[in-house]
Amino acid sequence: MNFQEQWVALVTILRKEIKRYLRIWTQTLLPSAITMSLYFVIFGSLIGSRIGDMGGFTYMQFVVPGLIMMAIVTNSYSNVVSSFFGSKFNHSVEELLVSPTPNYIILLGYVIGGVSRGLLVAVIVTLVSLFFTDLHMHSFAVVVIIVLMTSILFALAGFINAVYANNFDDISIIPTFVLTPLIYLGGVFYSMDLLPDFWAAVSKLNPLVYVVNAFRYGVLGVSDVSLSVAFGMITVFTVVAWCYSMHLLNTGKRLRQ
Amino acid sequence: MIPALTIENLTKQYAGGFQALKGISLEVQHGDFFALLGPNGAGKSTTIGVICSLVAKTAGKVAVYGTDIDEDFAGAKKNIGIVPQEFNFNMFEQPFDIVVNQAGYYGMPKALASERAEQYLRELGLWDKRHVPSRMLSGGMKRRLMIARALVHNPRLLILDEPTAGVDIEMRRSMWDFLQKLNQEGTTIILTTHYLEEAEALCRNIAIINHGEIVENSSMRDLLRRLHREVFIFDAVDELPDVVEIEGFGVRRVDERTLEIEVEKGQHINEVFAGLSQASIRISSMRNRANRLEEMFVRLVEGAQ
Repeated sequence: MNFQEQWVALVTILRKEIKRYLRIWTQTLLPSAITMSLYFVIFGSLIGSRIGDMGGFTYMQFVVPGLIMMAIVTNSYSNVVSSFFGSKFNHSVEELLVSPTPNYIILLGYVIGGVSRGLLVAVIVTLVSLFFTDLHMHSFAVVVIIVLMTSILFALAGFINAVYANNFDDISIIPTFVLTPLIYLGGVFYSMDLLPDFWAAVSKLNPLVYVVNAFRYGVLGVSDVSLSVAFGMITVFTVVAWCYSMHLLNTGKRLRQ
Repeated sequence: MIPALTIENLTKQYAGGFQALKGISLEVQHGDFFALLGPNGAGKSTTIGVICSLVAKTAGKVAVYGTDIDEDFAGAKKNIGIVPQEFNFNMFEQPFDIVVNQAGYYGMPKALASERAEQYLRELGLWDKRHVPSRMLSGGMKRRLMIARALVHNPRLLILDEPTAGVDIEMRRSMWDFLQKLNQEGTTIILTTHYLEEAEALCRNIAIINHGEIVENSSMRDLLRRLHREVFIFDAVDELPDVVEIEGFGVRRVDERTLEIEVEKGQHINEVFAGLSQASIRISSMRNRANRLEEMFVRLVEGAQ
């Protein structure tokens, strides 16, 4: 396939993906808006007012970046895992596998689809957050780069989960038992400074720590980890996830007999 | 002329050790209407899976219009259209989108894809249903949708894995007409089917696969010529006598108006009619007890066992 044909294939996958999650917007976009509104009300307004300041900001201002990032992570992940597993389950993935579309275009199409949903939900959640607090942008560039990198990373993770999943239970196990704990323990609701040394060191193995803190730096200008370390770690995780996803596609593991 | 499909010593061994294909070789010429037959589990779908990349081969060589799938799979895939046995499209999508998206995966711009989708959906009688969720289509319509999807990039080789399974007679006949027209226009077609009268009516050449091996590969005409015996059923106008005998033929009285008569290779059916006239038996109609290809198929498959 020449470049133009590959571009058409990419746009086709992407258009299909976007159309899919917009068609079922009550399942894909609305829940995040409602859940985050509840977080803002309960943790931000009700409990937050009793907690006081954190990192030099009100508790509401402190948790907002983490909550936006949480929405990006869960949506980019769940979009790819449910869409790709769905196409595996109903065998419509064969439409792509029998076509000359290169594997990297297939992966790119699904990943950009996941990223687009993550970004759309991020916009929705950010708009909702404006009802509860003022948001100041410390570094727009950092925010944009970290949002893109994070959504790419978790879209890739969703893809890997989808390839290995055998049934619908398998696509909810990872988000429930791995992703959610990592998010909650990734510093969304608290500063790393509050943790004992041992647990602070353990937390540094959690990729969400880097993601949440880098994003918080972009919004508030404060972070528990160095920005360059955060970018470095996210880049490493993303490259590994991309290479592994390509390996799965190239070998046809769990896709071809 | 480069063959449409060349398979050399194709082997497939699954992870559990089961050998689905044991070194089969096959050649399908351009423009052919080729039947690939075999009992369930013989290796037909595995062969098709390897050709269109859904099954990874263990060994051997496959080339589509001269393009080796190991060297340029994308190039080979451009020439193939595949209609699988199972429905493999998203039931929540609309037929028009399914066909247009498939064209997109082959790099076809949307305007051209929409044009082609309209052409094939119209030809296959699905245009009125183009915006209906595909789960609402009947079984026959779903099969036709998969044919439209397979044709949207104008492949030179169309592979149909039991395309008329579960389709009513009228629809099957109209699909036969469509496929014959397509073949006459130059598309090479490989067909697997369990309806042997379908293969006999449509295909010029045939391969029979059993236990992962090709047990027969010849023209349909040559294969049927080798049939040594046929059984015909004769419907009598009047009630038959209790005993009916025709010299040189095995005759069985099925009921008071039906006879079964075996005709060996070299015997003439005129002799049967002569014998029936001699016995003052008037015949209103006659037919084969079984499809001729079915007789041959059963013989070859049983022989291989």
